Amino acid sequence: MRRTMLFLPGNTPNMLINGDTLGADTVIFDLEDAVSPDEKDAARILVRNTLKYQAFPNCEIVVRINPTDTEFWKEDLKAVIPLKPDVIMPTKVSGGDMIRQVSAYMAEVEKDSGMEEGTVKILPLIETALGVEKAFDIASSDSRVIGLFLGGEDFTADMHCKRTKEGQEIFYARTRLVCAARACGIEAYDTPFTDVEDMEGLERDTEFAKSLGFAGKAVISPRHVDIVNAVFSPTESEIEYAHDVMDAIEEGKRQGKGVISLRGKMIDAPIVKRAQQVLEMEKAIYGGACR
Amino acid sequence: MKIIKNAVAGTLESSDLFIQVEPDDEELHLEIDSVVANQYMDAIRAAVMKTLEEFHVTTGKIFIKDKGALDCVICARMETALKRGGVEES
Amino acid sequence: MSKLVASVREAIEKTGLKDGMTISFHHHMRNGDYVLNMVLAEAAAMGIKDLTVNASSIFDIHEPLIEHIRNKVVTGIECNYMGGRVGKAISEGILEKPVIFRTHGGRAGDMENGSSKIDIAFLAAPCADNMGNCSGKYGPSACGSLGYAFSDAMHAAKTVVITDNLVPYPLKDTSIDEGYVDYVVEVPQIGDPAKIVSGTTKITRDPVGLRIASLAAQVVKHSGYLKDGFSFQTGAGGASLAVAKYVEEMMKKENIKGSFCMGGITGYMVDMANKGFFETILDVQCFDLKAIESIRENPKHQEISAMRYASPAAKSAAVDSLDVVILGATQVDVDFNVNVHTDSNGYIMGGSGGHSDTAAGSKLAIIVAPLIRARLPLIVDRVLCKSTPGETVDVVVTQRGIAVNPRQKELKEKLIKAGLPVKDIEELKQIAEEISGVPRTVEMGDKTVAKVLYRDGTLLDVIKNVKTI
Repeated sequence: MRRTMLFLPGNTPNMLINGDTLGADTVIFDLEDAVSPDEKDAARILVRNTLKYQAFPNCEIVVRINPTDTEFWKEDLKAVIPLKPDVIMPTKVSGGDMIRQVSAYMAEVEKDSGMEEGTVKILPLIETALGVEKAFDIASSDSRVIGLFLGGEDFTADMHCKRTKEGQEIFYARTRLVCAARACGIEAYDTPFTDVEDMEGLERDTEFAKSLGFAGKAVISPRHVDIVNAVFSPTESEIEYAHDVMDAIEEGKRQGKGVISLRGKMIDAPIVKRAQQVLEMEKAIYGGACR
Repeated sequence: MKIIKNAVAGTLESSDLFIQVEPDDEELHLEIDSVVANQYMDAIRAAVMKTLEEFHVTTGKIFIKDKGALDCVICARMETALKRGGVEES
Repeated sequence: MSKLVASVREAIEKTGLKDGMTISFHHHMRNGDYVLNMVLAEAAAMGIKDLTVNASSIFDIHEPLIEHIRNKVVTGIECNYMGGRVGKAISEGILEKPVIFRTHGGRAGDMENGSSKIDIAFLAAPCADNMGNCSGKYGPSACGSLGYAFSDAMHAAKTVVITDNLVPYPLKDTSIDEGYVDYVVEVPQIGDPAKIVSGTTKITRDPVGLRIASLAAQVVKHSGYLKDGFSFQTGAGGASLAVAKYVEEMMKKENIKGSFCMGGITGYMVDMANKGFFETILDVQCFDLKAIESIRENPKHQEISAMRYASPAAKSAAVDSLDVVILGATQVDVDFNVNVHTDSNGYIMGGSGGHSDTAAGSKLAIIVAPLIRARLPLIVDRVLCKSTPGETVDVVVTQRGIAVNPRQKELKEKLIKAGLPVKDIEELKQIAEEISGVPRTVEMGDKTVAKVLYRDGTLLDVIKNVKTI
């Protein structure tokens, strides 16, 4: 479950240490844009040490590394991979080759530190026109890839258009990414909403992203976490329905029925799958104590 | 490693620390000022010494202003300062 | 007759201030107060010694007190709160006699029942007429409510009103009336308006503080008290005010109409009342300009005295009708005792104020604080000073979990059922120590520098001097 992915600046101890308490399902320790070039070394060492000595029992850890056309990305990987972050986020990904290049180097570091190859996953940040056009290529490039993540700011810059709150200019990129991800059986994650103060705009934007099929959304402000979590959480009635579905399945099995229906509607495989997903989320969010 | 030039690392924000290192051929000079000196001075000193040993630094001037940083942050900032101000000795 | 005297000196002379007397001050001018310093400077110049200063609070601006203590002009201090500057000197043992700390309610109660006697009260008044009718609502040094000053005026043997805004008799909207006032003095300025109140009190932007506030609001919601008729108090600082924001969202969503909000009042609480979330504001102290404007204009916004607010000597006080209070802490111990008097090194830098009054009176007292502040764990084996007894504290909310006082079994069950991260307080302590390491216990000296009285006047704890190296 990655309803929210919260960006935390990689060179700020207070944020890194408290990152797992801010309610986000995933936190992204950022070595890229949030760190100035002359502090790259400091941030890398700090993130490495934080991963080494602090436990983050409450959330998944992603490390965003510097782009592959910089001098930093290999050093970033060498420092953090041995500490087994859950996921690495390469940036400005514009094709499958780039993922394979990163994955191969990750494998080297994994091997050197006695880890099983493929332990650490990849969540590519797609933020160029070429990247969007090659979304399927990227999604299917490597078994480490667990999803696709759209970066709307850089993308619109690359498109020579203005980023707006309404988001017409990224509509194509959004749907293209979701479709490519789904085609490969992985998830897509939406670009952050950048107006930190506009909570209503955030909610609208998040609802829209959910309606397109995104499984979650990145946030750049901790204050956005609750709203995005709420939008991507199952509602009470969805949870109720999911329980009813599973109860009906149990009941049907007990009675030896082949075809099971609930509220006059046949329960087929996709409905069961959806119900299972909802119940998993319920358990993750409420500890299964809701009902 | 030997400190060959002045270097700094870290910040004066809460939960961080600011470190200045300077070369010294003769001895090790360590100055630590911390907002949690009463509760954690031993731990802070130990973290600093651990990093110095790890990088085989035996001489130099080190000035630290600590704002309640955890050990892992102290070690990270020390390592950064040493790498910025030092060279490997062959 | 005329009560108007030409100078502070003349007022002091007429009241017959002598060595060994007790003089009192209120703290509505907060860190912008000129009056306490003004009176003491005059007394010192007149050669008066051995005074006891009973001020509802002492702020950093009152630093000249330290010199008066050195010169034996002041030999006793009684207050409900003491800022870090004077606190440091007290902690280092500058004053022979221990400082007496009370609560806001306890101070009023002790004056009422006669156990705290005031010889002369000096009242900073943002506006007054020549017979001493006065108010905090008007004038260049407006502070809003004069809540803490009522007891002083009523119970002191002599009362002097000091104002920088003398208006024709009778003042049209009086808080403290002429019946209690002996003399009136006009001075150029009673305080620095910029430091009396803040322009606007803003909700914290600290993500951890907001997280804590959001959890605390969940506790309020699932406690069962958040329903029509709900009454609420929260502070102005840190995560406290942010709790109000989240509570407001919940009240809006569920269409809940509260009864009253109380305490030190901020613009945020005024807005909540104006939006219809609370019927009434009970205001013992204003924190910002918006609160002052509101107490002046809005009939729903009532000024209340410290007695009405929290006195245990009164037949009832508003805290007794309070549902939920949100409070801060510098330390909490495993028995839920709270320290708001000293910092983690044992230096005095605060005080109870209304902390233990509201904790005792309210149905649900919630402490909000980060589990770790600059490496220092919030939860300790034994607080350096017991400001509020653990029996009156119900819940401690941190960003890494919520501890419920074991005597609140039912509440604990409710919160667990709601999916909130409820943990034993020992477990929270352990989590913090795993992150920070176990702190070395601070050793205090042997000299008692302050006595902390509970609201009923009994001795709750003593504060020892800090050993200086």
